[in-house]
Amino acid sequence: MRTILGILPDALAYGMVLFTISIGLSIMMGLMRVVNLAHGAFAMIGGYLASFALVSLGVSYPIAILIAVIGAVIISVPFEFLLYRRIYRRSDELTQILLTIGITFFIVGIANYIFGPTSKPIPLPEALRGPFDLGFRMIPAHRLFVIGCGVVTAVALWLMIEKTEFGVRLRAAVDNGDMAEALGIRTQIVYSATFALAVGLAAFGGVVGAELLPVEPFYALRYMVTFLVVVSVGGAGSVTGAMAASLLLGLADTTGKYLAPEFGEFFFYVAVIVIVYIFPHGLFGKAH
Amino acid sequence: MATLSVPATPTATAGLRNDLIAAAVIAALGAIGWFVFPDDLAFLIRVIGLAFLVISLDLVTGFCGVATLGHAALFGVAAYAAGNACLAGVTDPILMLLIGAVAGAATGLMSGVLVTRFRGLPQLVLSIAFGQLVAALANKLSSITGGSDGLAGISPGPVFGIFNFDMFGRTGYVFSVVVLLITMVLLLRFARSPFALMCRAIKDDTLRTRMIGVSVYPRLVVMYCVAGVVAGIGGALTAINTGVVGLDSVSFERSAEALIMLILGGAGNLWGALIGAILFELFHHYVSAASPFHWMILIGVLLIVVVLFFPKGLVNEVTRRIGDFRQARAAR
Repeated sequence: MRTILGILPDALAYGMVLFTISIGLSIMMGLMRVVNLAHGAFAMIGGYLASFALVSLGVSYPIAILIAVIGAVIISVPFEFLLYRRIYRRSDELTQILLTIGITFFIVGIANYIFGPTSKPIPLPEALRGPFDLGFRMIPAHRLFVIGCGVVTAVALWLMIEKTEFGVRLRAAVDNGDMAEALGIRTQIVYSATFALAVGLAAFGGVVGAELLPVEPFYALRYMVTFLVVVSVGGAGSVTGAMAASLLLGLADTTGKYLAPEFGEFFFYVAVIVIVYIFPHGLFGKAH
Repeated sequence: MATLSVPATPTATAGLRNDLIAAAVIAALGAIGWFVFPDDLAFLIRVIGLAFLVISLDLVTGFCGVATLGHAALFGVAAYAAGNACLAGVTDPILMLLIGAVAGAATGLMSGVLVTRFRGLPQLVLSIAFGQLVAALANKLSSITGGSDGLAGISPGPVFGIFNFDMFGRTGYVFSVVVLLITMVLLLRFARSPFALMCRAIKDDTLRTRMIGVSVYPRLVVMYCVAGVVAGIGGALTAINTGVVGLDSVSFERSAEALIMLILGGAGNLWGALIGAILFELFHHYVSAASPFHWMILIGVLLIVVVLFFPKGLVNEVTRRIGDFRQARAAR
């Protein structure tokens, strides 16, 4: 029981970090059908920018998050404009994989050229450093903050997709892009907005989750497949699916690492194989 | 250069001629390597080992259209198997190659059963998961694999009991080139076989092939086994030549690199796979000396350029250009 209570907050926090970063990729893959392996690279850009803002500019934590998100979106614009537009909905997975691996290498190389090849600290504000008393046990305040961020992201996304005009267009474009286009929805604009949203969420997750997925020179490569796996297990384009997959895989990974640390990611990938084999389109996904 | 494309109606004599030309080309490449890099044969041996992996990947990706990012598993398991066999007393290099081939085929069978079941994203993710699973096991089962220290002390006996492996890699190099030559000639024959052509048909239009009564799944699994044999030979060869097998031989990076090499050279063409491996490693050899991050920027740009402007790979692009040129001349 004690072990379970020890594992659960960590698993939950890890799952929420996975969710916050992967949900952007999930929406993007549901809509644009792009296997974007560079998604982690945009999270890394967010982490680097936040670290730079906190350490060198000395701004406060919320401002640093804002700088990271907006900065990553701005940096991603030329990539969207010049490269991603060519591979939306067209082209096979192989082309997409290779193009996005190329983009990842490029971003990793440039980031390390500019900021130097050391891991980047993202110092937490005073309020998040200490433990937090839940009444029956103490958990690190940061874990609680991460879980909160994940919940807020999920609710905000759900509201946006279900209740707003943009959400209607987005859902229409996901379900049937050609028909949406024929009905006068300018899908290219929806695509661009979704791309910006995905990058922004990645950067946000990259900063907030830095305690659990530390920002280091090879961040984008290290977690390259993790985010893709989460999306695949959940089903592309499904917020519920991404949430379920993140929590499930977060639990599998954290439990595995607690109980049998020498096996590394063994249990994580066993879970992936079993789930993907039984649900090839993901837990909550649809066949395209 | 007519040998570079699959002839529409292969005949026995044309086949034999093609085999001879292929053998001559590889022997010539081997000789060039020998004279251009006389002091760096270890580098060339590494390139040949990787070329096997890329050619093997070509069999599943280029011929069957299976997108995989876990192919290094086939290579690495075979390398560990050959290495362990050697440590257990089977020091004959030919036998070690055989053991590698069998281990590779077995891994290919498992991987194929899992990966070729689906298409698209699930396929990709299953291939990644399989590769990572093997990597995690290789790290854990340190009694067999040496864990993160790697498997060391592999010292194979002389080839045919005559040619000892020397520290300059001369025997190793000749041995590798000969194995590559034989494998390549056999594979070029195999690539013209009805089976391989049917795999190409499956890649082009899975639904249509299924409609004409072809059972797709078993064929893809069999092709995966063949690919496993090829990758296994490469893995065993690397174990024989370097004397060590490390965790990097099953890593995700190795799988991704192999895919990059394949696309660089040209998928669906065994020569493309070979040339891609050579070009990538040469590029790596000369550029990465500067700094690993400059290397990453350059390889990223190279990859983007190739995908956007030469989507069929360099070799296929060159043969297409030559074909166009010939046609233009013939029309004149």
